[in-house]
Amino acid sequence: MKFVSPSEFAKDKLWSVQEYSLLCARALKSLFTPPVYWNEIISQMDSIGIGSVPIVLLAGFFTGCVLALQSVSSLKQFGAVSMTGTLVSLSMVKELGPVLTGLMVSGRNASGMASELGSMKVTEQIDAMRALGVDPMRKLVTPRVTATVFMLFWLTALSDALGMLGGGLVGVFMLGLNGHSYWRTSYRSLTYGDVTQGMIKPLFFGFIISTVGCYFGMNTKGGTQGVGKATTQAVVVSSVLIIVMDFIVSRATIGIFGR
Amino acid sequence: MSEQNSSPVLEVRNVSIAFEGNQVLDDVSFTLHHAETCCLLGPAGGGKSVLLKIINGLIKPDSGSIKVFGEEITTMSEEQLFKMRRRVGMVFQESALFDSMNVEANVAYRLNEEGVPPAEAHTRVEEALNFVELGNAINKFPAELSGGMRRRVSIARAIITKPDLILYDSPTGGLDPITSTTIVELILKQRDESHTAAVMITHRLQDAFLLATHYWDVKTSSVQSIPDGGVDKSTKFLMLNEGKVVFEGSTLELTHTEDPWLKNFLS
Repeated sequence: MKFVSPSEFAKDKLWSVQEYSLLCARALKSLFTPPVYWNEIISQMDSIGIGSVPIVLLAGFFTGCVLALQSVSSLKQFGAVSMTGTLVSLSMVKELGPVLTGLMVSGRNASGMASELGSMKVTEQIDAMRALGVDPMRKLVTPRVTATVFMLFWLTALSDALGMLGGGLVGVFMLGLNGHSYWRTSYRSLTYGDVTQGMIKPLFFGFIISTVGCYFGMNTKGGTQGVGKATTQAVVVSSVLIIVMDFIVSRATIGIFGR
Repeated sequence: MSEQNSSPVLEVRNVSIAFEGNQVLDDVSFTLHHAETCCLLGPAGGGKSVLLKIINGLIKPDSGSIKVFGEEITTMSEEQLFKMRRRVGMVFQESALFDSMNVEANVAYRLNEEGVPPAEAHTRVEEALNFVELGNAINKFPAELSGGMRRRVSIARAIITKPDLILYDSPTGGLDPITSTTIVELILKQRDESHTAAVMITHRLQDAFLLATHYWDVKTSSVQSIPDGGVDKSTKFLMLNEGKVVFEGSTLELTHTEDPWLKNFLS
């Protein structure tokens, strides 16, 4: 392994942050100036959004199931088994739904974007696109960012709903809870602030997943080995940033809504 | 000669670029006029491909000036460069075809972006593919094509909009001699039919000399030798070594050179 001086390392990281910021700015600018590639956006919505539905549904459903299963033993100690619905719905809507959906979509799509754009980069297809007078930022990055932000919102809503359903089914059929009571407590425990907090997060997470995936793809170097490296880095960096952003958004929304 | 034809299509002045401390191009200058073809020769790693990318604005040089169609491109924004590139065709070293699209979509890429009606685009794609003798591959995908066929599709993609300047980055690189000759004959045909200014990188001297000593005969639709050992006056040579221009001149000047390094390279 080659060691670099701390100043070189710092310069390299700062350069990466600058390039990433420029990519984000250009991707956003391209959405509001013509030409906008709507066909590409719809195609990416299908690929990123509809393609992720099965894994998001499964992850959401079983997370709700296991949440109900695990929480009942703790709640029993306080005689609060009837609060299972509250616990499952609050956990799913405020935290687990957005974060798990973000991580699942990151694993599937940040890697996909990095490897697809990375392959195009190392085979000079990105340069060919520029040589043909087409801006790769408009054609490749902006549609992916728009599609991911838009679709992650709805995927999170689906995941939340399936998680609550999963928790309910486990509660009713395995733990002997009253179904009507479960749904009533689940629904009534959620406030406007909780739902807003849970539904703001996917907007940030979607932006992180797509911009990080595209950034590593567009900056791939070093042939097929470079594509592999870019793919791994995209998943690792986007996953870590999702967790960090989750904390920041949670703190901010708790400050605004008081819970 | 009209004013448009007398002013250079391409003017490269004192261009230098370094990557991570390595000087790749050092004070490179040359000029290309309308209907001229410049064969860019030199050993591998001499900065030829970098120069071609700089000419098309894909890389910005550290210093120097590049005028394409009389306009300085080193100070242009990316948006202005996209407009300039619409008048330039480029054939990449490894073809750089979009592998998720079929041949028709690849060749029609620029037309589709410009909003040309599908029927007209299809006709023009057929014309371009017929020019490179690949009309039957219109529905194939790049993965189904051989290296030579991919290069021909790449040429069709570059010429479909009838550009004013064509940049060929090693169009015969990695191909067998017979296929290489076919590709050079296509370049020759393009040169003599459309009289477009072009820069062609090649590692193979025989490709460059084929271009300099032959012409496209429209009557017989074949490549013929220029009679009496003549050479094509519009074909010139530029030789790069370690990022520096070591020769710029005509075919005869190159073959009669007394420079020991050039003699060694040519032999």
